[in-house]
Amino acid sequence: MSDLRTPLSRVKGLGSAKEGTTHFWRQRLTALILIPLVLCFGFGLAAMPVDYTTLIATIQHPAVTVGLIILIIAVFYHAQLGLQVIIEDYVSTNSTRMVSLILITFLCLLLGVIGVVAILKIALGA
Amino acid sequence: MKSQDNRPLSPHLQIYRLPFAAILSITHRATGVILSMAALSMIWVLAAAAGGAESYSSIYVHFSTWYGQIFLIGVTLSLYMHLCNGIRHLFWDTGLGFELETAAISAKAAIAAAIILTLATWLIAFNVG
Repeated sequence: MSDLRTPLSRVKGLGSAKEGTTHFWRQRLTALILIPLVLCFGFGLAAMPVDYTTLIATIQHPAVTVGLIILIIAVFYHAQLGLQVIIEDYVSTNSTRMVSLILITFLCLLLGVIGVVAILKIALGA
Repeated sequence: MKSQDNRPLSPHLQIYRLPFAAILSITHRATGVILSMAALSMIWVLAAAAGGAESYSSIYVHFSTWYGQIFLIGVTLSLYMHLCNGIRHLFWDTGLGFELETAAISAKAAIAAAIILTLATWLIAFNVG
């Protein structure tokens, strides 16, 4: 036997981190969806006056509501994955690294949820 | 240990002239961090808008100030730089564009595209007012 890995471990293909390509794949998926969303967001925002009334009316349009919610979820998922890699690369002290990773993950979750709730509140006119 | 003292060291990051591709690579990370903070302020603005006209206007007044405009233009440039360079990364992920000349051309194209997109966005924004 030239390979010390079990046949099950090899067929699962998850490697020593037990994650396989999950992180890589999700970062690419969120990147892909963000290309059209970011372009629409950037140029859409530039093309409208940003006073309160116009902003609320725009967000209340169903297509904008849906687009913005997907944008926010994708942005914070993508940000979490990216910041995780940066922390893993540059923070070498184990405890600091673990605490930073937990904080970044929770912060991204918190901000994403606040964003979605804000959009829904505006869209549903509460 | 004495003999090791005279051994040549690998170049330190501070005195090593980074290749162009490496500068763009670290820029991708830097813009990523900048955009994470920009996303935070986007949520701030959204939450303020959800809070009503009064809380929104307390943030709205900062948009047209000089520091607000510098922040927004900086974020726009970071956003398009990260977007264009990210598309380069997606092509590399499919195995395309790894040749040195191609990578050098795509690097310049990404920077040019980011600047053009930024200018286009702000031309529209300034015309809308």
